[in-house]
Amino acid sequence: MNHVVNPGLPLFEGAEWDYDKLWKAYDAIERVGLKEMGLDVYTNQIEVITSEQMLDAYASTGMPIFYKHWSFGKHFAQEEVMYRKGFRSLAYEIVINSNPCISYIMEENTMTMQALVMAHAAFGHNHFFKNNYLFRQWTDADGILDYLDFAKGYIAQCEERYGLSRVERVLDAAHALMSHGVFTAPRRRSLDLRMEQKRERERQAHHEAMYNDLWRTLPAKPASPAAASADRERRRALLGLPQENILYFLEKSAPRLEGWQCEILRIVRNVAQYFYPQRQTKVMNEGCATYVHYKIMSRLHETGKLTDGSWMEFLHSHTSVIMQPEFDDPRFGGFNPYALGFAMMQDLERISMEPTEEDRIWFPDIAGSRDPMNVLRDAWANYRDESFILQCLSPALIRKFKIFRVHDDASRPELQVASIHDERGYRDVRRHLARQYDVAELHPDIQVVDVDMSGDRKLMLEYRARDGILLEESDTRAVLQHLADLWGYEVVLEEIDKETGGRLKKHVVGPRSIIGV
Amino acid sequence: MNIIDRRLNPKGKSLANRQRFLRRVKDQVRRAVREASGQRSIKDIDAGGDITIKPGGVAEPSLRRASQGGIRDHVVPGNKEFVTGDRIKRPEGGGGGRGRQASQDGDGEDEFRFMLSREEFLDLFLEDLELPDLIKRKLASTESYAWTRAGYSVTGSPANLNLVRTTRNSLARRIALKRPKPGELQDLIREIEALENSGKDPERLEDLRGQLELLRRRSMAIPYIDPMDVRYNRFQQVPKPVARAVMFCLMDVSGSMTEHMKDLAKRFFMLLYLFLGKHYKNVEVVFIRHTHVAQEVDEDTFFHSTETGGTVVSTALEEMVKVVKDRYPPDEWNIYAAQASDGDNTPGDNSRTAALLTEGILPLCQYYAYVEVGADPDTQSGTYAMGSRDTDLWRLYSRLRDEGAPLAMKQVRHRRDIYPVLRELFAKDAQAQGATP
Repeated sequence: MNHVVNPGLPLFEGAEWDYDKLWKAYDAIERVGLKEMGLDVYTNQIEVITSEQMLDAYASTGMPIFYKHWSFGKHFAQEEVMYRKGFRSLAYEIVINSNPCISYIMEENTMTMQALVMAHAAFGHNHFFKNNYLFRQWTDADGILDYLDFAKGYIAQCEERYGLSRVERVLDAAHALMSHGVFTAPRRRSLDLRMEQKRERERQAHHEAMYNDLWRTLPAKPASPAAASADRERRRALLGLPQENILYFLEKSAPRLEGWQCEILRIVRNVAQYFYPQRQTKVMNEGCATYVHYKIMSRLHETGKLTDGSWMEFLHSHTSVIMQPEFDDPRFGGFNPYALGFAMMQDLERISMEPTEEDRIWFPDIAGSRDPMNVLRDAWANYRDESFILQCLSPALIRKFKIFRVHDDASRPELQVASIHDERGYRDVRRHLARQYDVAELHPDIQVVDVDMSGDRKLMLEYRARDGILLEESDTRAVLQHLADLWGYEVVLEEIDKETGGRLKKHVVGPRSIIGV
Repeated sequence: MNIIDRRLNPKGKSLANRQRFLRRVKDQVRRAVREASGQRSIKDIDAGGDITIKPGGVAEPSLRRASQGGIRDHVVPGNKEFVTGDRIKRPEGGGGGRGRQASQDGDGEDEFRFMLSREEFLDLFLEDLELPDLIKRKLASTESYAWTRAGYSVTGSPANLNLVRTTRNSLARRIALKRPKPGELQDLIREIEALENSGKDPERLEDLRGQLELLRRRSMAIPYIDPMDVRYNRFQQVPKPVARAVMFCLMDVSGSMTEHMKDLAKRFFMLLYLFLGKHYKNVEVVFIRHTHVAQEVDEDTFFHSTETGGTVVSTALEEMVKVVKDRYPPDEWNIYAAQASDGDNTPGDNSRTAALLTEGILPLCQYYAYVEVGADPDTQSGTYAMGSRDTDLWRLYSRLRDEGAPLAMKQVRHRRDIYPVLRELFAKDAQAQGATP
């Protein structure tokens, strides 16, 4: 659909919005986004919702379709109180990584806000979803809504057939383990039958080629302690151990779970996997969207399509979004992903357009390239937060934010400032800030290491503690209880120091009310 | 691009989640609700509102690293005076800003607050209560018919058209009569066009045109939807039995009733009234208050106006008998009564009260509940406890009950007792229990 827009005339005036204005604004934004910035997006679908529906969407992790569980009701109740009492305002938009890409906008927003939201979500986030390697690798934008629809129907069916409380038990347990229901490295695609046969033939050919009758004459090895360990190795290989994805392991190997319970575990872990890239790209994703909306809105203002009033309104919300409180500010809650992301994107643009001597040393390949959009598109496609910060955070930005690192060793009475924003500190600050965004770093490394299938079926897990940081005691016991109930037998979790291999702590939990049969 | 207006979509998509959540915390919420009812003023006793519960039953644990201990690095913005190597005193509750962040989603003992709607509040508040002995004495005549689905019919109003049945019939008929499908016609037309354009094979062209003509005629002759396909949902009226009940609320508002006692009595009736209104659409309520004279009043006067005077219980009973005679013939109505008093009565009136009760009122009633309100033992510790000396009415009613009259009696001295007493009097299974104090 094309609307003729007179150049130089504002797209809209005043706060009220209607569909005609939305269309006009969308077309103008699209022109800037696709033609001038070269964005590449999924087809957009923009849905207008009320604030109550926005609260609904909040409660079910932003997805338009989701299965039912009390925890979403709890979140809704919490958000509702916060919102009704005026402690917190609602997000202006929610955007879903699907194809078509669905953005929700609220009816309460002014027209300026709607334009901002469309630029931010329908072009910024959308471009990121479609192009970032993590999303391409991990999530299936075409299928997610269908899958969630299936999940919702499946769980509702289970509730009907097996009763609310039994389904709730499984979901509770699965949610507790949700953070350990993801594969952190891309997996091999499962082979189809033809590939399987081909590989089998290849193996045979290899054996024949390698055959040597002499091998037969070698004396047999005496039975030794090594046999026991070989047995253990064989068992571990059979069960695919060690396994970091606990939900996957349970789904495939838990001895007492019924089929439908395994399927629910599978649903929960698929949902977790779908959200996995989002956790790793907060700064980049928001940075990309914020940069895109800023760029588009300023282009619209430059070409006279946005009135000065709208521009001021836009700047007001833009600046409050990218506000970064300092560490001693009561509002401080870590780095604001919008602020850091936006600043880094702008910084890349600056480096590419007007590099300083310092930038030429630090970023020789992009400094002065005079093609910022190319640099940015490349960054958006190929990095996640950790690698992006590690490689693209410039000294200029470290100075601007006055970033410093404090070393906190619990065995010492005082904290120590390890490095600050100076020549000696840039690399150190940058490396450690990147580490804060590394999921492998934040996410406790817990693996299923062994299970005694022929004996008492005890399930063994290991947590490899880095820097002597143990697991949160009470939560861990609660989760292990869920795990033991799912597994049906005793569960042992050992906390082991990663560097020394020393055993720090051991949790043993037996099943209390077994979920399976 | 597509803009879709979802504002008219059904609301409350997370209602099912909310119900699951409430079910999960039911015990806690129920307790909170009942405590809240003791503290509220009479006017907003039935409003919904904030409920605070412990997060215990609704914690969502996860495997995560402890927020304390070990070796950590905090990288934060906004350095003002530090240089490399500076030592900083460890701030309370973790180091740097991350500590604060971690404690936010830590296992904090914070209470969990959320809002209940009025319906949810009352549901929890009044669950498991019912009027005892509700007998369907008489089916009320006219308006109590309900429509129920009763299969399908070939006639009806367009609003009741059953699309599924209709199209199913139509489809079956079309298949049976071999009505050509639109696709077949399209293919044929396309083929004819192709032949016309190419000019080859005139014979086949002629043949195809004949076929097309035939198919066209057939699809004209066989309609897509024939009147004989059409089916309507059929409804029929089913008489719905309605038991009619009336509840008499009798309250002593004489001078001997202190403000505290009046408050207790009013609270009791307020809860009773809420309970009746919630569970019985067809229950009428009659409010009678008395001093040495009795009068029937409306709800508002009953709860909110004050009055003083002597105490003659029999006047209220007389008034009740009169009202029953005028408006509620006992063979058509289930009659219930609840009386609240401090137990005082003019001594000469006791025998008359007893006579009225045993002969006039109790035979009419399904259930008669007596609630005696007393001084607050917490604030008036000096006065003797009420149990030490039974009041006139209490002794009278006890005697009647022992003689087998259907009477339930309870004493209430404190706000917090009211709710349990109401529950005991009207608990679903506990009629036997309700008859003993």
